[in-house]
Amino acid sequence: MIRFILLQNRQGKTRLAKYYVPLEESEKHKVEYEVHRLVVNRDPKFTNFVEFRTHKVIYRRYAGLFFSMCVDITDNELAYLECIHLFVEILDHFFSNVCELDLVFNFNKVYLILDEFILAGELQETSKKAIIERMGELEKQE
Amino acid sequence: MNPFSSGTRLRDMIRAIRACKTAAEERAVVRKECAAIRAAVSDNDQEYRHRNLAKLMFIHMLGYPTHFGQMECLKLIASAGFPEKRIGYLGLMLLLDERQEVLMLVTNSLKQYPTEISTIQTSISLVLLYVLWGIFVLLKWHGILLLKLNDYFKVETQTLRKKFGYSICAPSPKQAALCSIRIVRKVPDLAENFMSPAAALLKEKHHGVLIAGVQLCADLCKASSEALGYLRKNCTEGSVRILRDVSNSSYAPEYDISGITDPFLHIRVLKLMRMLGQGDVDASEFINDILAQVATKIESNKNAGNAILYECVETIMGIEATGGLRVLAINILGRFLSNRDNNIRYVALNMLMKSVVVDSQAMQRHRTTILECVKDSDASIRKRALELVCLLVNDTNVKPLTKELIDYLEVSDEEFKGDLTEKICSIVERFSSEKLWYIDQMLKILSEAGNHVKDEVWHSLIVVISNAADLQGYTVRSLYKAFQTSSLQVGLVRVALWCIGEYGEMLVNGAGMLAAEEPVTVTESDAIDVVEVALKSHSSDFTIRAMSLIALLKLSSLFACFFVMHLGLLYEMTSQLLCISCRRIRELIIQHKGNFELELQQRSIEFNNIIQKHKNIQSSLVERMPVLDESTYLGRKDGSSTDVPAVKPSKANLSGTSLNLQNGVTKPPAASMGDLLDLSSDDVPATKSSTSDFLQDLLGIDLGTPVPSGAAFSGGSDILMDLLSIGSPIPNDSSPPNSVSSSVANSSAVALDKFSSLTSTSSSLSSEALTIDPLRGIEQIIRSPPSTAPIVDLLDGFSNHISVSGNEKPDFPAITAFESNSLKIAFSFTKLPGRQHDTQIKATFTNKSSNEYTDFIFQAAVPKFIQLHLDPASSSTLPASGKGSITQTLSVTNSQHGQKPLAMRVRMAYKVNNQDLLEQGQITSFPPGL
Repeated sequence: MIRFILLQNRQGKTRLAKYYVPLEESEKHKVEYEVHRLVVNRDPKFTNFVEFRTHKVIYRRYAGLFFSMCVDITDNELAYLECIHLFVEILDHFFSNVCELDLVFNFNKVYLILDEFILAGELQETSKKAIIERMGELEKQE
Repeated sequence: MNPFSSGTRLRDMIRAIRACKTAAEERAVVRKECAAIRAAVSDNDQEYRHRNLAKLMFIHMLGYPTHFGQMECLKLIASAGFPEKRIGYLGLMLLLDERQEVLMLVTNSLKQYPTEISTIQTSISLVLLYVLWGIFVLLKWHGILLLKLNDYFKVETQTLRKKFGYSICAPSPKQAALCSIRIVRKVPDLAENFMSPAAALLKEKHHGVLIAGVQLCADLCKASSEALGYLRKNCTEGSVRILRDVSNSSYAPEYDISGITDPFLHIRVLKLMRMLGQGDVDASEFINDILAQVATKIESNKNAGNAILYECVETIMGIEATGGLRVLAINILGRFLSNRDNNIRYVALNMLMKSVVVDSQAMQRHRTTILECVKDSDASIRKRALELVCLLVNDTNVKPLTKELIDYLEVSDEEFKGDLTEKICSIVERFSSEKLWYIDQMLKILSEAGNHVKDEVWHSLIVVISNAADLQGYTVRSLYKAFQTSSLQVGLVRVALWCIGEYGEMLVNGAGMLAAEEPVTVTESDAIDVVEVALKSHSSDFTIRAMSLIALLKLSSLFACFFVMHLGLLYEMTSQLLCISCRRIRELIIQHKGNFELELQQRSIEFNNIIQKHKNIQSSLVERMPVLDESTYLGRKDGSSTDVPAVKPSKANLSGTSLNLQNGVTKPPAASMGDLLDLSSDDVPATKSSTSDFLQDLLGIDLGTPVPSGAAFSGGSDILMDLLSIGSPIPNDSSPPNSVSSSVANSSAVALDKFSSLTSTSSSLSSEALTIDPLRGIEQIIRSPPSTAPIVDLLDGFSNHISVSGNEKPDFPAITAFESNSLKIAFSFTKLPGRQHDTQIKATFTNKSSNEYTDFIFQAAVPKFIQLHLDPASSSTLPASGKGSITQTLSVTNSQHGQKPLAMRVRMAYKVNNQDLLEQGQITSFPPGL
């Protein structure tokens, strides 16, 4: 199960933070700070998995953005790595050539997409097409 | 309308914030925006509510407090329009905290939703619901929501199919299923409610629904055994079908990820299969084929494929798979290990670690690959590989593996050395079948990473060295060589110092040379050089300096003897004339008499005195340490609870099997202790606080007492006793003169104990090693008459206080071994025919006083050349006035029979009217020829 998903830039600014477990506000800030410290200076040749407290963080860097997922220790790391990539592909598709600014100015849409992709800490839809189409429907409603 | 509320658009606000150059500017902008939003909130502004909330969410993301927006979220949820509702839920999820009243309102508004199948909104409400489940688990709500959910399952699946097909806009059963997962995780008792709908979900075609359904099934299996049974029966087939379909399906662009159709579904089904097949042969058999198919069919050149293979391997290892399938799985992992991608290697190591219990044989083949991973640059891979290597070590491969690891130790990162050293040490200790090999490996480790070696490790090395008589020469020479190159490795320096102190003469004369050993010429001054380097090095800590001093003292004695032996000179000559080395040692020791460390300063002065003025007792003072008892040490190490040392002596009294334990000091009177501790209580260094560690004690003695190694306390200890008995109260006035010596002994025991462990609890009797008492050269028993004021200056004039004890003339065959006003001991002897060395002594104890003695314990100590075995005593109570007696049998083996007579020191501890008493004496009056 996914505990939380973080999207941070290299300076440690959080661009998206989604928690699927209840955490205190102060705790969230601490987690974000710690995860950023863990991933930001890691040698790119190293694994994309870092142990974090009793869980592990699967992270992947896209340009200046770090996508980090905290998952259970027994979860399939490679699968979540693939999961991050799929999410990025969806974002890329939706914003057509996504960049950090897209995510800043449309942060509410990013949350919407994430909710369509992952729900309650579990994958809910694996079809890129389905998610994009669904987002189109929702846009129309607004 | 409030002039502030119209405000800026969200986009403009973000832009304004981004344009800020300093944090202060940003704070100002945020403050202004927040003020505007607050004003809008209090005005109950409708028009811009959702925009304000969006702004608030952004501000929240920047880390500013935003709780005033929570009620706005609720208002948005209650509003009719979709965009408002949507942003309301989003806001709630982000801004919500544990504030109870808000949660209550949210729950109430939520309760209406599951019944409303009004397409989109329900789906959103569920989104929120899942989050809420994580936040609060109030069981009373479960009932309500659960019912609705059940309905929802039914209604959804039917109406959706009829009305919308699988319209992407429609809320779908996948969300209901995911919601159920949260419920089942929180309240496993509810699992049975979800069993059949979950099983039904597996018949769906849509991947999203399938994934959610499979996941739900897996969670149900975890939650209850009943559900597991049900699903095993009803879902095994279904899951196999899903996996077969998805793995055989032709190219599906919608789900394709690098050539594989929906790897996520693959992985989830494989996970479910693992649960179904675990511990169930039938289900496993059913799954076997499809697993084999997936394992062989999936290509491993892309991450997605590897993810599936990885999951597949885990399932194969988890279920009751056939042997062939397992070999296939291990081979996949072997392939992973040689992959260049670190991620792949990482998961392979992880998996191998999990399956090492299942099949370690198949894994041995990949040993070399795993060993390579230990040398990887990524710390997480190294760590895992190292752990795996430790699991793979067995008797046959331990030598090459250790060699590899130690070789790697030389080049490894500084930060990794700690871990690596610890693991190598544990491997070496675990598989140390040959002492030579063990010592060799330990020396290598010490010289490579002596700074990382834990204290227990080098302590146990010393125990082993002291037990390996034939290797001591070799060890000390190797240590000498190693020291030349690695004099900065703390662990090595310590062991080297200890060994040079103990076996210094072997270093110089090359005794005990092994066949394969390279000869090395070391002069006395070379050996002293080593100690000097250690003593003067800036990196040396207090322990090393203290050990150096003791090593020097020991060397002074060793080299003096050596010299005499070689030149055939007479022992009358003074030390100054005899030995240059001794003079140098003295100079080194004297240098420390002004040391800031009180302990070092004190030792320096004492040692100097010993070398200078007490040549006659020096050799016996610094005799070699008795062999340390391996079993005792290991026992200590295992059960290292703090009370062990306190228990040990009494045990020793009962069993009395080993030399050092027989000498266990019984509990000294606490009264005499207080004084003694005052003497030097202000210089208690924290370094020697561990009382639980046997060897620590020993070494503590090394450090702390003027007489190193606690080895030979003959004359010296008596001086010490005198010294320390100053002002100590005599425990029992009724005792005859002997009680003085006993109190002296007590106090010395306490003092020594204190030195050894420097703890002030009277129960920490960790000094059994201390009292190992070879008695060599002792001709007299010390008795300080109670009338003499015990004014003794440090180690000087001690002879005034020594008087020859009045031991009775021997009476052959039986003797009165000991007699005081209160107690008499008679020895009778029997010799077994044909065994000249052995003597059976029957000791009979008689009480001469009018009080009954309870808890009577007899202890005896003998010189090194004699072995002693005490049988249990006939009783521990000695009746008054000689009305009864205790008998105890002692077996003595005199290894120098015919050359040296028997000698023994005895101590009797007992209680009179619950008061502890102690008597001791020495028996030299054994009949000749024993």
